[in-house]
Amino acid sequence: MTAMAPTRIPRRFLPVVATFAVFVLTFGAGSVRYEGFASGQVVANLFIDNAHLIVLAVGMTFVILTGGIDLSVGSVLALSTMIAAATLQAGWPVWLSVLAVLASGSTLGLLMGLVIHHFQVQPFIVTLAGMFLARGLCFLISVESVSIKDPAFRAAATDTIGLGGGVVITYAVVVALLVLVAGAYVLHLTRFGRTVYAVGGSESSARLMGLATGRAKVGVYVVSGFCSALGGLLFGLYMLSGYGLHAVGMELDVIAAVVIGGTLLAGGVGYVAGSLVGVLVLGTVQTLISFEGTLSSWWTKIVIGVLLLAFIALQRLIVRRGPGT
Amino acid sequence: MSANRLLWPLAALAALIVLNVVVTPSFLELRFQDGHLFGSTVDILRNGAPTLLIALGMTLVIATRGIDLSVGAIAAIAAAVACTHIASGGDAITAMLLALGLSALLGVWNGFLVTVVGIQPIIATLVLMIAGRGLAMLLTEGQIITVSDDLYSQVGAGFLVLPIAILISLAALAGVALLTRRTALGMLIEAVGVNPEASRLAGVRSRTIVWTVYVFIAVCSGVAGLMISSNVNSADANNIGLWIEMDAILAVVIGGTSLAGGRYSLVGTLIGALVIQTLTTTVYTIGVPPNVTLVFKAVVVIAVCLLQSPRSAALLRRPARAEEVAAR
Repeated sequence: MTAMAPTRIPRRFLPVVATFAVFVLTFGAGSVRYEGFASGQVVANLFIDNAHLIVLAVGMTFVILTGGIDLSVGSVLALSTMIAAATLQAGWPVWLSVLAVLASGSTLGLLMGLVIHHFQVQPFIVTLAGMFLARGLCFLISVESVSIKDPAFRAAATDTIGLGGGVVITYAVVVALLVLVAGAYVLHLTRFGRTVYAVGGSESSARLMGLATGRAKVGVYVVSGFCSALGGLLFGLYMLSGYGLHAVGMELDVIAAVVIGGTLLAGGVGYVAGSLVGVLVLGTVQTLISFEGTLSSWWTKIVIGVLLLAFIALQRLIVRRGPGT
Repeated sequence: MSANRLLWPLAALAALIVLNVVVTPSFLELRFQDGHLFGSTVDILRNGAPTLLIALGMTLVIATRGIDLSVGAIAAIAAAVACTHIASGGDAITAMLLALGLSALLGVWNGFLVTVVGIQPIIATLVLMIAGRGLAMLLTEGQIITVSDDLYSQVGAGFLVLPIAILISLAALAGVALLTRRTALGMLIEAVGVNPEASRLAGVRSRTIVWTVYVFIAVCSGVAGLMISSNVNSADANNIGLWIEMDAILAVVIGGTSLAGGRYSLVGTLIGALVIQTLTTTVYTIGVPPNVTLVFKAVVVIAVCLLQSPRSAALLRRPARAEEVAAR
């Protein structure tokens, strides 16, 4: 049975399994090395500190599954914190402000998707423009950081849910996990989700099969825009401020997490659960480096780069050996 | 056809210049003083030199169906190497050679990942984009290293009638133009971009060509990093070349080179880089907060992309058959 195990795991799950192994290994290394690392709260903190990243990674997984890419997520997240902070400062009720944020993020995603699909411009360049646009709009609202003082918003940020054993999580974690479950549901149990996978596998075949490829291609950018906006709200809860320089370069972290999570950049293969593990690996690396104390923060970037490389190499091996799919 | 493709970027550049002249009538004035030319246009050329140099390399990379995201990180590494060497008592020439040697090595690495390992260029170079800035920080130990070396500051701030930086960039542009358009090299690069497999079967050494192109852009990035750091006499690993990959890619795209590979236009890239830099300067002169430049860049990119996209081209050329295209 044990000898059979490697062949029993379907090849398509291999990257996710490998990522999970890396997560267990890095976490295990931390537990051996540092006292107090292997506590429930450290795991909970991984989720608390990266709730926004999980939401972004779910959106990005949709986009990458179709073979596209979304560079605008970091900027849209910043724009969302900015819109939330500015509208709350102007005295809007929280629900209206949240609605405005989610609507603007989704609209931006819709516009990018429409341009990509209907004008056949490369996703890379369109979302690059989206990135500039969103970042610039932040500074149009305000060049300074705007703090969020709304009591209801602050309460949502600081309230915690006890999980027993003294471990607490924030509401942001609950939202992130709900998004994850919703993402998995949509991808695997709806027509839209199947079309997303089909477009990533082969767009022309999917179209010839009569699938609504256009709707899927535009749809994934709406999903990603929505997730970025929601991620922005969570990040706003985390930072309690809106600022145009929030999350600079976060799109790279998100893409790295999704790739480390086993999603093929060529499209068609990948799972949101893998992206979650990818985010957790990045989070663990950051936690390890902060526990080490003497290591400087730039080591995070180097380690993420090395991990990214290792996983891409692994993907290459799998794809090369794969039976032509 | 190629003149047609340059029409829109040229129009954009002209519009920007007209806007500037309207806002500041002295915009086009040039003064000759102490053997230097001074004026807004000269400033645009000088500040645009690093972008132009990297965009030049990017044009060739994009022509082979690739992309290089690591240019900003390589620029930061080159600057960090040169400045730490000078700060520890080395001379400027050795420092610059060291920096460029290391840049070339990083280019070899990128090329290796793309051609031998066969990773998608965007991801292969993403690795160095993320890790590279960390490496640069490691070299400078997180500090901003300041240097004072006359020879070194000539690269970015020196003048030979025109700023030395732009002379270097233009010389590189002319060199590449001669090398690729007067020999078969340009055609081979385009062939690799149009269909790598077919060109390999036709006997084109596509692996060597692609690899060389990545080394070339890395050296360009290294030089650009030296220009930026020598202009301010310091190396700030966090900020040197930040977002320059985006500017360079925009310059190439505005210049009409397709991201899908194949045909490329060096003149287009020159115009594209000038459009980007003029836009930045324009935003400064009309008094909008500098950060808002990004909105204008986004608008220009979207406009140029839409105008160049296959569908709108079809709409413009054959209005009568537009419905057929739309129905496809």
